[in-house]
Amino acid sequence: MTHRRKLAAALVFLAGFYCLVLFAGFFAPYDFAAQSRETPVAPPTALHFVDAQGKFHARPFIYSAQDANQQATPSDANTQRPYPIHFFVRGSRYKIAGLFTSNVHLFGVDDPGQILLIGSDAYGRDQFSRFLYGGQISMLAGLIAALFSVSLGIIVGGIAGYYGGWIDEILMRGSELFLALPWLYLLFAVRAALPLRISQWQVFLLLATIMGLIGWARPARLIRGVVLSAKQRNFVTAARGFGASDAYLLRKHVLPQTYGVLLTQMTLLIPQYVLAEVTLTFLGLGVGEPMPSWGALLSSLQQYSVLSSYWWMFLPALLLIPLFLVFYTAADALQELHKSVPL
Amino acid sequence: MAKVPLRKQCVALVLGIGFACSFAPAAPAQANEGRTAASGPTEERMITDNAPGHAGGRLAVALRSEPKTLNPALAEDEPSRDVIRCLTADMIHINRSSLKTEPALAKSWRVSRDGKQYTLQLRRGLRFSDGQPFNADDVIFSFQVYLDEKVDSSQRDLLVIGGKPITVAKLDDYTVRFELAQPYAAAERLFDGVAILPRHLLETTYRDGTFSKAWSLSMPPSQFAGLGPFRLKDYVPGQRVVLERNPYYWKADHAGNHLPYLDEVVFSFVPSEDAQVIRFQSGEADVLSRFSADNFAVLQKQQLTKGYHLYDLGAGLEYNFLFFNLNDLGSKNVPDIAKKQAWFQDLRFRQAVSSAIDREGIVRLVYSGRATSLWNQGTPGDKLWADAAIPHPPRSLDHARQLLQSAGFSWNKDGSLLDPHGTPVEFSILTSSSNAQRMKMATIIQDDLSQLGMKIQVVSLEFRATVDRLRNTFNYEAAVMGLVSGDADPTADMNVWLSSGETHLWHVGEPKPATPWEAEIDRLMQQQLTTLDYAKRKQLYDRVQEIVSENLPVICLASPNILVGASNRVANFRPAILVPYALWNIEELYIR
Repeated sequence: MTHRRKLAAALVFLAGFYCLVLFAGFFAPYDFAAQSRETPVAPPTALHFVDAQGKFHARPFIYSAQDANQQATPSDANTQRPYPIHFFVRGSRYKIAGLFTSNVHLFGVDDPGQILLIGSDAYGRDQFSRFLYGGQISMLAGLIAALFSVSLGIIVGGIAGYYGGWIDEILMRGSELFLALPWLYLLFAVRAALPLRISQWQVFLLLATIMGLIGWARPARLIRGVVLSAKQRNFVTAARGFGASDAYLLRKHVLPQTYGVLLTQMTLLIPQYVLAEVTLTFLGLGVGEPMPSWGALLSSLQQYSVLSSYWWMFLPALLLIPLFLVFYTAADALQELHKSVPL
Repeated sequence: MAKVPLRKQCVALVLGIGFACSFAPAAPAQANEGRTAASGPTEERMITDNAPGHAGGRLAVALRSEPKTLNPALAEDEPSRDVIRCLTADMIHINRSSLKTEPALAKSWRVSRDGKQYTLQLRRGLRFSDGQPFNADDVIFSFQVYLDEKVDSSQRDLLVIGGKPITVAKLDDYTVRFELAQPYAAAERLFDGVAILPRHLLETTYRDGTFSKAWSLSMPPSQFAGLGPFRLKDYVPGQRVVLERNPYYWKADHAGNHLPYLDEVVFSFVPSEDAQVIRFQSGEADVLSRFSADNFAVLQKQQLTKGYHLYDLGAGLEYNFLFFNLNDLGSKNVPDIAKKQAWFQDLRFRQAVSSAIDREGIVRLVYSGRATSLWNQGTPGDKLWADAAIPHPPRSLDHARQLLQSAGFSWNKDGSLLDPHGTPVEFSILTSSSNAQRMKMATIIQDDLSQLGMKIQVVSLEFRATVDRLRNTFNYEAAVMGLVSGDADPTADMNVWLSSGETHLWHVGEPKPATPWEAEIDRLMQQQLTTLDYAKRKQLYDRVQEIVSENLPVICLASPNILVGASNRVANFRPAILVPYALWNIEELYIR
């Protein structure tokens, strides 16, 4: 039962997270592309409840430098104007799922105050807003690509493992060949064949397809191994002896044993794909500026100057840790649940 | 000097397109000990004016990648050139600090009155680093190699003047005469970076036709010899190149000490700029150049405690710019782009774009303030040639809107810009993803222009793919690029401004000038090339800069400062704004 509860909790969390990302326009205080050139790489804004006179306010507020050239720091809070945080404020216009247009944001402060929950990037763009918007591409493309890889893997690996012989030989040598392909050059060619400008939907499909296609060979080999051993187990042989068809055996007895491998593969592939998107962007196949993506947010951490000077640039990475943990938890719970169901 | 082969920069950062500069040459050594006195004339040494130092010590330098060759005629990448510069010498050299020419292997030279004949007097009694004597035959041989079309050296472009290769004749063992087809304004700067090769080592390979394989790094050090301050000692693939003092080097300080002072120079290979910076910060490398303003800021924090010093030399000769595809697209199958050229060709459109760009923002966000905003190609670092009279109009979106309106553009309800036919103005800005600075510039411009209602997409591609689109397929709309002049002289940029030039980026290699103002630039550039008087040349080149700033074939953005760092151990360190910024006087450096 606890596994069931664990799974439910994880799914609720994930649903919530996907909601947050899907409705990024509403939850994000700013537009992902809005630059604030006077304050690049600003640190996170501190939330205050107690003002300079020591008075407590139930509504949190922030201090913002009145002169945009100086950055807000708590030490000179006295010289700065407080900006209370308001909810359901009107701000920049956004679209949700390409359908509804609105300009209501969950929270915000009056201009020219700026609320930057996890700081801003090198152009002074709000990292929190970019994090939420970035998830739209990264979370969905990553998930779809992982599903795609694993489904291909299950088909190829399942057939190879179950039928064995020359089919196995052909499919597995094929997958090895696939692993050995010089992907970088193939991707150059793909990029050259595409038009100069690629729309966002195309980028999305591209990411999902390329990552899915490149990634199927490993799961296929793993699944083949599992199927190979599963089909020789006694209860499978017995079922076959009773006249079960191949389709029945695969569906009922063999493939269910690969669930564990599948789930672990999925949970490993998704984070990998979030990062793979950075490489694809480098080749011009990913989301370009100013569109945000998690891969791009994380890749700025690869710079020594960022790493050594701006601690808040780690915050998007920290936010991703619980998310991936929940993915693993869900996978784990699913696997445990599956085990406890009698075959 | 120099002109413009597109060269590949390490796919780490930095420039996209560079000018080949005065690069130097190479040749290492063989230890033919014990033949110092011997025969021949006495050595005519050059006496330097640096503060005398003392011999000994080793200098550690981190290169961003492994040199591809040590052959001066074939080297195109910066790491190769950095090493080759230490191994070879030229006849007349540009002093990177004064930007003037000074004698090197030639102790003096004479120019004929018509400016077409150069007679160089070589130093006597000099020896290559393997102990073999140097004379006019080596010079003749070297020029034969560089001018050979089959060798395809990047120096060849510099040595073809007025469409004809220069000719060399040996007058005696220590005198050579060069004939030019027409007078050449940059004059003896021509000889900078043309490394003299040892005939005794390379003639056979050259005659065999195997020159393209000669002096690859894998050859034993005894196969190399040069006239530079150092000679090759050791090469460990993937790790380092070690150079040792050339005992036959021909310079001495005024206290009578032989140069160079250093015993050894070690070039180690690291994978990225960040790795170079970290090595420098930890003291494992003594010298650092070509790094970003962000890393400068990081290093600055520990400048006092870590025992190094950083130099911000101000603007160099790099200029970054935005340009539109004005190529003749008739033969290319890109109808969408051809349609948009109607906008790009409209001067008012380009002026509006220029007026909308926040150059101050670029300087601040891209270079943390360590750069200068730019309105034309003359960078503030090019003190002798930049035209100070070019106006610097401040950013004005209103002015930009007026210009667009006068060109027949209008705005719809959402604020999107529409062209006179009612088509929304949408285009992409291409840039190379290996250059973080230019990516940032493109992103800033994207935001600036969106305020005019233009819909811009930044398209970043890997470096080669970018260059292929810019130079061959013309499948792009606009692009952000940068060039680094190889010398503080307008001749360095001939290829950019001549309409037939290969680096005439906005309209590559025009068969004849497409516009009257391009025709005028052609005329002015040719004229300055054969004018010998500086004041007259300056006037001509000022006019070129004026035309460029009026017609905006390129919309200049910013010129980054040259940033250099050196350990406090290194004495006589005098960084300069000309390539190679840091180690140009390596023979004068010593360890405190």
